[in-house]
Amino acid sequence: MNRKTKARIMDASAIDRVITRIAHEVLEKNRQTKDLCVVGIRKGGACLAERLAKKISEIDGGEIPLGILDITLYRDDLTAIAEQPVVHKTEIGFDIRDKKVILVDDVLFTGRTIRCALDQLIDFGRPKNIQLAILIDRGHRELPIRADYVGKNVPTSVVETIEVRLKELDEVDEVIIMEGEK
Amino acid sequence: MTVWKRKDLLGLETLDAEEIKLIIDTAESFKEISTREIKKVPTLRGRTIVNLFFEPSTRTRTSFELAAKRLSADTVSISASTSSVLKGETLKDTARNIEAMKIDMIIMRHPCSGAPDMLAKTISSSVVNAGDGAHEHPTQGLLDLFTIREKKGKIEGLKVAIVGDILHSRVARSDIWGLKKLGAEVILCGPPTLMPPEIEKMGVRVSYDLREVMKEVDVVNLLRVQLEREKRNLFPSLREYAVLFGLNKDVLKGAKKDLVIMHPGPINRGIELSPDLADGPCSVILDQVTNGIAVRMAVLFLLLGGHTS
Amino acid sequence: MNLLIKNGRVIDPVGKLDGIMDVLVEKGKIRRLGKGLKPENHNVIEARGKVVVPGLIDMHTHLREPGREDEETILSGSEAAARGGFSSVCVMPNTSPVIDKEGIVEFIFSRSRQAGLVNVYSVGAVTVGQNGTQLAEIGELKKAGVIALSDDGNPVKNSYLMRRALEYSRMFDLPIISHCEDSDLAADGVMNEGYVSTLLGLRGISSLAEESMVSRDISLAGLTNGRVHIAHLSCAGSVSLIKQAKKNGIRVTAETAPHYFTLTDEEVRTFDTNYKMNPPLRTQKDIEAIKKGLADGTIDVIASDHAPHSEQEKDVEFDNAPFGITGLETSLGLALQELVEEKVLTINQLVEKMSVNPARILGLNKGSLALGCDADITIIDLEREWIVRQEDFKSKSKNSPFIGRKLKGMAVLTISRGKIVYESMA
Repeated sequence: MNRKTKARIMDASAIDRVITRIAHEVLEKNRQTKDLCVVGIRKGGACLAERLAKKISEIDGGEIPLGILDITLYRDDLTAIAEQPVVHKTEIGFDIRDKKVILVDDVLFTGRTIRCALDQLIDFGRPKNIQLAILIDRGHRELPIRADYVGKNVPTSVVETIEVRLKELDEVDEVIIMEGEK
Repeated sequence: MTVWKRKDLLGLETLDAEEIKLIIDTAESFKEISTREIKKVPTLRGRTIVNLFFEPSTRTRTSFELAAKRLSADTVSISASTSSVLKGETLKDTARNIEAMKIDMIIMRHPCSGAPDMLAKTISSSVVNAGDGAHEHPTQGLLDLFTIREKKGKIEGLKVAIVGDILHSRVARSDIWGLKKLGAEVILCGPPTLMPPEIEKMGVRVSYDLREVMKEVDVVNLLRVQLEREKRNLFPSLREYAVLFGLNKDVLKGAKKDLVIMHPGPINRGIELSPDLADGPCSVILDQVTNGIAVRMAVLFLLLGGHTS
Repeated sequence: MNLLIKNGRVIDPVGKLDGIMDVLVEKGKIRRLGKGLKPENHNVIEARGKVVVPGLIDMHTHLREPGREDEETILSGSEAAARGGFSSVCVMPNTSPVIDKEGIVEFIFSRSRQAGLVNVYSVGAVTVGQNGTQLAEIGELKKAGVIALSDDGNPVKNSYLMRRALEYSRMFDLPIISHCEDSDLAADGVMNEGYVSTLLGLRGISSLAEESMVSRDISLAGLTNGRVHIAHLSCAGSVSLIKQAKKNGIRVTAETAPHYFTLTDEEVRTFDTNYKMNPPLRTQKDIEAIKKGLADGTIDVIASDHAPHSEQEKDVEFDNAPFGITGLETSLGLALQELVEEKVLTINQLVEKMSVNPARILGLNKGSLALGCDADITIIDLEREWIVRQEDFKSKSKNSPFIGRKLKGMAVLTISRGKIVYESMA
């Protein structure tokens, strides 16, 4: 490993502001919380989804169903990756049929993770629509996928990586750009 | 973090506790898939799995087949009556021919102990033992462990009785290995004629008194008694077997309230287990069947997913 | 061909000889022994640093001809025997057809003459077709030249019949070689009954299956004053039964095979069918008892129980594989390594087990280097280290669990009736 921190682009309050803004945008676009649900992609997306769902109900008052996806089993690179992925539980304890699903992830990069998540979501039932909320969009898409809600657009080079650290997992809220080979 | 590195799953004797836990943990994540509207994930798309069964088995074969299908693998089932074994082809030739068709895994049930070991040495594809002679039945052992952990929250420190024909039982051997490795205490119960010699060396206790055993155990696993054993004078009659080693309400007097009753199936109702208990609240026999699919999905995933073959 | 073997350490337990000297062979007989013998028209063999012993005799061999010439023939088996240091072998009658008639004995002898290598002796069947119901024509077999009787491969299950066989064969002074196995107790087993069979879920053969039959045969030998020779003894219980019987003056002799003092049932954990033999490999405790029985004279003979099997028959599931392994080319090496090198037996005692005693039991004018004896001689290099390799086997079959094993000591020259039949002196 030969990586170093290039820049700290978001801190705790910046992240919180972004989630508040996205919550408002979601409500603006969907008008009411009825039929709305939030599903996060393990692991970072799951934490953000929980914060977003909480924020939305704070603003609107309604209870927002929250789900977690583990996309390992839908990956298109299972045979190519050297390390064996650890499979975690997918937890969607409600029927997503005819629901408006806000799919949440931390970083949007090639779009492949989102492709997996879309496939998997649809296997749970036919939602009314799926909207994508993202904390960081760093570009370099390999599939025709775009986010409906973006926290921050961060143009990056391919050798850079974005690290989203969240209190629930890393004891601190921040977004870092790292440089160098992984 | 333990990583699965083996090509094959031949038995629980060779696995360490961490590997067993990895399979059970993985199975836990897989259990939910079978509750979805679309009970299928694309994980093993394009992989081919052959079920090669030299003994009749509806349950295990169906369970493996569903597990493979729910992971989107293609499956082919070959049973002894349709295979060329009847034409005098050796197991090795059969296996090499199947492998030449570019398959990824063979799941085999065979009446001879050690046949899967031989197969695993012959071919480079993965081999899963679905039961060999009286040797091992690792996925049954794993699903038993999974079910016990699910019901009891743990395995370490539990007392588990295995009752019946230990001598001929591959389930018993896999269960004993798994339970001992995960820290349970194992008590075997059955007539001396159905106890294999020197079994105590596996670290188990042997008892001939089911009533006494039932007073202390948390889990009881009843093995199917094969009707033909009577003819070989291993016990005088099924009637007497049922009296001495059949589990019923009366025998359960003094047993723990939260006792868990297991059976690998198919049950001889009224012989090793009374119908009211088989269908009663202590019985987890159908949970075992449900969990069997999750455990087998985990095994197929660990053997075929996530590494270059 | 006349030979002069110079400067070897000559061991002849019968003549109580053990010293450096020369051996002169003329017209197929031992002519002179002594120091500084001068060659006239003799081929000289320099044997300095090597041991010169009476030709080894394997009294328990399966050469598969007639019937399974794909697995072994009398010719290929003779080549294997010569390489293993044996100048004589005794073939067991469980061929197809069974050696239960004069004509088949003659067939064996005629094939052996064509091979022209080692002496091939024939054991005749006890019962017609070895089927355990009707005595074979033992008198006719004796006339044809058999040197012992056996239903080897199977026990003579019927005790009445075994009694009559022991009584009847007495008038021909033929020993009955008994394959001791109570087949009801053996119960279709495929390996030793014990902890390993329990773990593997393979059907076990209890030691009792052998011991109960040894016990029966000893009693019958005592009753009839017949001669019984216990074949391929495998377990501790049999050793103590025979020891006691010998003390009681019963005419019983016994043999074991090299795998019974080198391998245990632990090997079966690999499911390698080259560890499947009958009787099965037992435990370390049995190995110790067998070594002790060899050392104290309870066990008279080490025989190979050479049992060639084709690869396709052996390369199957453990349950489905036939019993038996080849042994002619590994017996001496294993005995030297495990018994002489490990100081269980002296080389002199080993010569008794592999030459002197077989000759005595079978009534052969062999097993000695005394003047006038058949010039059957084996020269052994005790220091030569070698590795058992499949491609070196002269036997047609390669079913040996010892492939890859490193051994110390081997036969470097084998002479049968004055003729060199194998040589690797270099």
